[in-house]
Amino acid sequence: MNLKDITLGQFFPGNSFLHRLDPRMKLLGLICYLVALFLAQWFVTYGVMLLLLVWGCAVAHIRAKTLLGGMKPVIFLLIFTAVLNMFYTPGTPLVSFWIFTITYEGILHAFFMVVRIMMLICATFLLTYTTSPLSLTDGLESLLSPLNRVRVPVHELAMIMSIALRFIPTLIEETDKIMCAQRARGADFDSGGLIRKAKALIPLLVPLFISSFRRADELATAMECRCYHGGQGRTRMRELRLRPSDWLFLAAMIVVAVAIGVLGQSGL
Amino acid sequence: MTPIIQTKQLTHIYSPGTPFEHAALKGIDLTVDPGEYLAIIGRTGSGKSTLIQHLNGLLRPTSGQVLFDGEDIWSSKERTRQVRFQVGLVFQYPEYQLFEETVYRDIAFGPTNMGLSPDEVDHRVRQAARFVGLEDHTLEQSPFDLSGGQKRRVAIAGVIAMEPKVLILDEPTAGLDPAGAAQILGNIRAYHREKHAAIILVSHSMSEVAREAQRLVVFREGTIPYSGTPQEVFSHGAELEGMGLGVPEMTQVFARLRAMGYSVPASVYTVEQARDAILLARKGVQG
Repeated sequence: MNLKDITLGQFFPGNSFLHRLDPRMKLLGLICYLVALFLAQWFVTYGVMLLLLVWGCAVAHIRAKTLLGGMKPVIFLLIFTAVLNMFYTPGTPLVSFWIFTITYEGILHAFFMVVRIMMLICATFLLTYTTSPLSLTDGLESLLSPLNRVRVPVHELAMIMSIALRFIPTLIEETDKIMCAQRARGADFDSGGLIRKAKALIPLLVPLFISSFRRADELATAMECRCYHGGQGRTRMRELRLRPSDWLFLAAMIVVAVAIGVLGQSGL
Repeated sequence: MTPIIQTKQLTHIYSPGTPFEHAALKGIDLTVDPGEYLAIIGRTGSGKSTLIQHLNGLLRPTSGQVLFDGEDIWSSKERTRQVRFQVGLVFQYPEYQLFEETVYRDIAFGPTNMGLSPDEVDHRVRQAARFVGLEDHTLEQSPFDLSGGQKRRVAIAGVIAMEPKVLILDEPTAGLDPAGAAQILGNIRAYHREKHAAIILVSHSMSEVAREAQRLVVFREGTIPYSGTPQEVFSHGAELEGMGLGVPEMTQVFARLRAMGYSVPASVYTVEQARDAILLARKGVQG
């Protein structure tokens, strides 16, 4: 496996409607979407949710293949959920062996559950694919800023988050490089039992830790050199500004959530 | 004579099928003879690093072949692993890959992975340490207590200890002071001479490669526009400048002399050659 091919949390630059949308509205819109997803009940409501997702992908020019590729790490979770739901939902028995019974309701339930988790992940990916980590944390900071009044260090938390996000690709690249260097010296990361595999990680983890600390140190110095002293009185180069289209998007998402809720109540 | 390394129409494409798709190598044909000292020059992003990672099987070609001793390095899993020991690769800033408690154990990592006997490993570690000029008491120190230049020499020793038939070094002198750089280049020369190993030096210091290598290969956007002896390559001075590579200072001086109308050769690149060329030119004028 090539570490560079991990698409989790990656940002694909672009200039579509979704890319230009204010990050705060995108976050709130995503929350609406996720709420709606949990209110969805039956084929009609799920269908609407799926259509929305497809529309989002089409607008942002994200291929379904890319989106589904990010699903790999959760395959186990999906299967696990499906199996549990299949066996533990009471209802009309379809197949029955030993102490297990698969019910008709169970299969439907499992199906909807898997679809729900997949759509949940896809929608979240759609957000990270179309929003740069920087504007995402800016948006988050701005949304959470009321918490400042109750002494939650919102700016610091946002800074921690943006630094973490910023360094994920750097760390992946670094890991890849050290892995290559140790492979060139005959290290074998792929074969052997669990203990051998764990031991084989030492030549990777030690240099990685050392370089992370070095990086953290350098970053702290660089920030201090630029007189960084927390969020107080700090101005921004890029101010977030809401446009009518941002409000329209949020309004539409709220309408969707309410509508799905109503439709779901009536069992559609 | 079979080339020790040969690439046939080697092509590599990064992240195919995504918006980041990028062809780093475009049909590279390159041969390296046993015992040859070769230098690869090119700007950042010209495909040099991608190429060298193919030569010892760290990257798999998108299309094309890499042969070691006339046989495809991907023919079997075992073959790939063996080739990694035969083609030693020292990455850029290799000091960041050190991880063991002592210098000795770090250098021994490669030979131990090869499955050699403890005696043989010990012999190789000491020999490799000697090649890079590390003293015996350094072997028992922690690599993290050493200076930057020493760390780098430990990392290079870690590859040399596998006694590869081909030693590839990616910018081995980057970030070192002139004395440290000269020392490392001297270590590489010693290994080249004593073990008759082929050396591939990746660099963008023109005067460095001109002094060290017998043959130069120029990279640009995943292709090889020029290759040959330093004289041959530096005779394309203007084109190299156009590629943002520049030529050694001496070559620049001689280009200016030619532009001023003196009949001196264009392919001069060391001070000694410059001296001879100027003496010859003077003789020509007087005689």
